[in-house]
Amino acid sequence: MSEQIFIGTRKGLFLCERNGSGWKHSEAIFPGVPVPMLLKDPRSNFLYAAAEHEHFGTKLHRSEDGGKTWKELESPVYPEKPDDAPLIVDPWRKAEVPWSLKKIWSLEAGGPDQPGVLWCGTIPGGLFRSPDHGETWELVRSLWDRPERAKWSGGGYDFPGLHSICIHPQNADRIAVAISCGGVWQSPDGGENWEQTAHGMSYDFMPEDQGGADPESQDPHRMVQCEGSPDRFWIQHHCAIYRSDENGRNWKERKEATPSGFGFAVCVHPKDPDTAWFVPAQKDEERYPVDGKFIVTRTRDGGESFEVLNQGLPETLAYDLVYRHALAIDASGERLAMGSTTGSVWISENQGDSWDHLTAHLPPVYCVRFG
Amino acid sequence: MPSISFSPNIRSHVDVDTCEVGGDTVREALELVFSTHPRLRSYLFDDNGTLRKHIAMVLNSEPVHDRNQLSDPIQPDDEIFVMQALSGG
Repeated sequence: MSEQIFIGTRKGLFLCERNGSGWKHSEAIFPGVPVPMLLKDPRSNFLYAAAEHEHFGTKLHRSEDGGKTWKELESPVYPEKPDDAPLIVDPWRKAEVPWSLKKIWSLEAGGPDQPGVLWCGTIPGGLFRSPDHGETWELVRSLWDRPERAKWSGGGYDFPGLHSICIHPQNADRIAVAISCGGVWQSPDGGENWEQTAHGMSYDFMPEDQGGADPESQDPHRMVQCEGSPDRFWIQHHCAIYRSDENGRNWKERKEATPSGFGFAVCVHPKDPDTAWFVPAQKDEERYPVDGKFIVTRTRDGGESFEVLNQGLPETLAYDLVYRHALAIDASGERLAMGSTTGSVWISENQGDSWDHLTAHLPPVYCVRFG
Repeated sequence: MPSISFSPNIRSHVDVDTCEVGGDTVREALELVFSTHPRLRSYLFDDNGTLRKHIAMVLNSEPVHDRNQLSDPIQPDDEIFVMQALSGG
């Protein structure tokens, strides 16, 4: 099992390691600076962190020694908007979608046969590729220039955000990304061509004949792919939990999800595609645990049924929300880690059967990743 | 020559001391600093070349008039001060 956990928060990055007396977290790295996204590249063991300075913009940093020292890299930069590029406005807010980096919202490593390749998803919706461990970045214009982008909209943020990137474990040219709110896009050829594959999803508050089932407008909050069974994807959508058994196509709602189909986070067991975890919440704008009972749910049968996991979680009323990147599972499939908006972090050594409360005193947690 | 200096918070990220610069405008003076401290640019401007909204440019104790082009003219005894706005949460 992984003995390192990296926690990105509203006020810095914390490294968490286990020693003889249990898990301990470090002092803040980048203290006071929001760290919305992290990546521990399993190929190089390099650690990447996005530091979102409120005054100075988003910077990307890389550590080659496990977080002891850091080098600031070039952040992904949107090119200058060409004169002939169409004006695209957010469909709801009617504000022009800028060609400008607002947030680094996902970071993933390329395939094992692509040393140095990294992918970065951003707000306002651009996907970037680096061929050289993050030294340089290029906007993937084949996706950014799709005319359907005019139908993408912001969810909780002002502009669309690309928050999930799934690289096929056996063929790194097969890429799937999820966008709030822009559905699911897949490329079979390393990002040269793209196809919308969010068919099957819908909003429960919008009639289908009013666009409620339009793939381009869907809001998948988080998408994950089973490493050992890569045709299986899970999505925690704005309105429901969805599963795909067809490589991210033909999504089927798991109507049995209780106590709510709403949430942000999902993770899937790396070998067992039928086992996945969720953190349900009250929708729509409330976004706290249903009835103030903070729980994790787990399915072991592909979403036919959901267990409530609450051993070690608060027994009193709690109002923690777990953001989309703040629930993680390690490569063994045994250990999970989870951080909340109220600064708590829990670790489970047994697939969520019980949880240990590491701390209640971190800043709001944005992302959790295993080393 | 005009001088340009930066607030401690900015200097905590980019090692740039107060220096004398040439140029006829605030923009030209800044560009001269960027030529020796290229990493500073992204701290002050976004990827559209727009001055970040939390960056304040002060010329002789007054906010610059032209935040878009930074075309305010500068004279040999002028002092430019660059700082971040007071905000956060």
